[in-house]
Amino acid sequence: MTTAAQLPEEVLALSARYSYIEMNARTRAGQLLDPGTFCELLGPFDRIESPWLPMQDIVPQSDDGCIVAKGTIDGKPAVAIALEGKFQGGSIGEVSGMKMATALALARQGCERGIPTRAVLSLESGGVRLQEANIGELVIAEICAELIALRQHVPVVVVVAGMTGCFGGMSLAAGLASYVVMTRQARLSMNGPEVIEQEAGIEELDARDRPLIWSICGGAQRHATGIADVLVEDDAAEIAQAVRALFKRGEPTHLRSAAHELYIERLAQLDPVQPWSAEQIREMWKDQTP
Amino acid sequence: MERLSFDYPASGEKPKRAHVGVVGSGDLEILLEPSADERTHVAIQTSVTGFADTWKAVLDRFFEGYEEAANFDIRDCGATPGTVMMRLQQAIEVSRS
Amino acid sequence: MSRGRTWFEALAGGNSAQPNGPASLLLAEATLGGEKVSYLALAPDPQARFPRARGGEVGVEESWYGARAIQQIIEAGRNGAKRPILTIVDATSQAYGLREELVGIHLAAAALIAAYAEARMAGHPVIALIVGRAVSASFLVLCGQANRVLAFDDPQVLVHAMYKDATARITRRTVEELDALGESIVPMAYDIQSFNKLGGLHRLLHVAAPDAPNSEAVEQVKSALIDAIADARRGPHDLSSRLASQGAQQYRKASLAVRAKMAEQWAAL
Repeated sequence: MTTAAQLPEEVLALSARYSYIEMNARTRAGQLLDPGTFCELLGPFDRIESPWLPMQDIVPQSDDGCIVAKGTIDGKPAVAIALEGKFQGGSIGEVSGMKMATALALARQGCERGIPTRAVLSLESGGVRLQEANIGELVIAEICAELIALRQHVPVVVVVAGMTGCFGGMSLAAGLASYVVMTRQARLSMNGPEVIEQEAGIEELDARDRPLIWSICGGAQRHATGIADVLVEDDAAEIAQAVRALFKRGEPTHLRSAAHELYIERLAQLDPVQPWSAEQIREMWKDQTP
Repeated sequence: MERLSFDYPASGEKPKRAHVGVVGSGDLEILLEPSADERTHVAIQTSVTGFADTWKAVLDRFFEGYEEAANFDIRDCGATPGTVMMRLQQAIEVSRS
Repeated sequence: MSRGRTWFEALAGGNSAQPNGPASLLLAEATLGGEKVSYLALAPDPQARFPRARGGEVGVEESWYGARAIQQIIEAGRNGAKRPILTIVDATSQAYGLREELVGIHLAAAALIAAYAEARMAGHPVIALIVGRAVSASFLVLCGQANRVLAFDDPQVLVHAMYKDATARITRRTVEELDALGESIVPMAYDIQSFNKLGGLHRLLHVAAPDAPNSEAVEQVKSALIDAIADARRGPHDLSSRLASQGAQQYRKASLAVRAKMAEQWAAL
């Protein structure tokens, strides 16, 4: 506790009931499932939390920032997984990551036993949790493995709404998804702007230039270049509807991550020594669907 | 990180479980459960050290008006006293809803 | 010459690059243990088209061409022998650049991850041999989906989420503090023995001359690869060997608890 008299954003946001961005992860997971079907697995009172954070004098959260709930979407069995961006930047630690990997595995086992189980992931994450570094890496590999195994049975839908964004290991999960839903406020990219500036210098990218950053990896750009499937407003009902519609559409004709021929062709057309703009990529890629 | 604990007399009524909040900057998470005895126990993990007196003042005031025998498991990430009071109140509302 | 290239050439004998593909992506077919195998590695290329991927990073071209090469191996094995895919890993990190993000490096990396995973699920033994660095996405992309991961037991071998100086900066600690933490918090340690404790490796290999392999060392590594291929073929086509390891029993107790308890709750609903 501090003595500064300032309300956190989330408290102020409680009055804005329909903004998905302002919801916490548990509420988001509930929004993505049919009303009244939300049934949380490993909830707060199970107290399976990070064993590594208290060892480093960091306060753990009872659900480790990953909400897993079983329910239905359009009456069909489903699991919703939501990361809490406000806790440790939505980072993937041993417990949060393993909750995601296990939920995907259980959905796949359901599919194999004749109970097709849909999976929707609401991702807000800076990537691996550096305080749990190498276990985080192992768990992210397991998440990827389970996501790839599950998408052979049912579509896997990723929602990136903001404001944390989806980076690092979770950007890989978004890359592997059957479908990606984004808002304009959301960002999807492998390396965060600060990391790029640090590693490549401010002449490569000025991490404070917010319009530039959103022009590169914001929802509008990702949708215009075919890296996201649906662009939605920050409205909980609209997002839930978009997710239902994608499950109704079924398996995508082509998985984006299988589009090597298209991307090899696209890369060949670009000269990496020249500076590129977001508009230029939009223009070049607008008529090609992956 | 600092761990604090406080203890208050209770009337013996047992509340229902409730969970509110997140361990995010300026906020806190509270897990409310019935306690095993006739008292209310508050266990705090806080990222900000050196505010034990402030916690005591806030909790003393809050528990003057709360009689149920509960365990409050609080994980704080630098919340203000106002936010702490608001979350405690919210936990009780959720517990009674 | 980078360790990755040194060992790729020592094991594979040559390099047959993809048509028009980046010179930083090394690919070769070879015979190992009486069967045809495919080798893959990344190596620095000062002439690489993408300026941010000239130091042996996992870049967009390396990823998409690598994904295509592996998909071709899967296709070729669809009705026949499942050829082992052996990756010699020595890759600094992913490429950090504005152009990379504009064209979706996360998607390129995901494509290569998916190719490795699909090869594994189809029954190809997918083996990673870490001879140098496997940091951040270079670990996830090149080693993450392997049925069996081998590593040299050597101070230059590094598996980690992030280099030490960057971790120190972001977690607001000094490098000395990080070293001290690594003593007690095994997943934060930077030495390969600590990574091995977590159950992430099939085997650590003590190789006498990791920078200048002689024929004895090459034979030793080949024999370890043959064993790993056989072991992968005996097991399921998933990553379960990692969590089933002795190391995981000790250091991933929370992972095992999540798996057991969530399965129990799921079944009860």
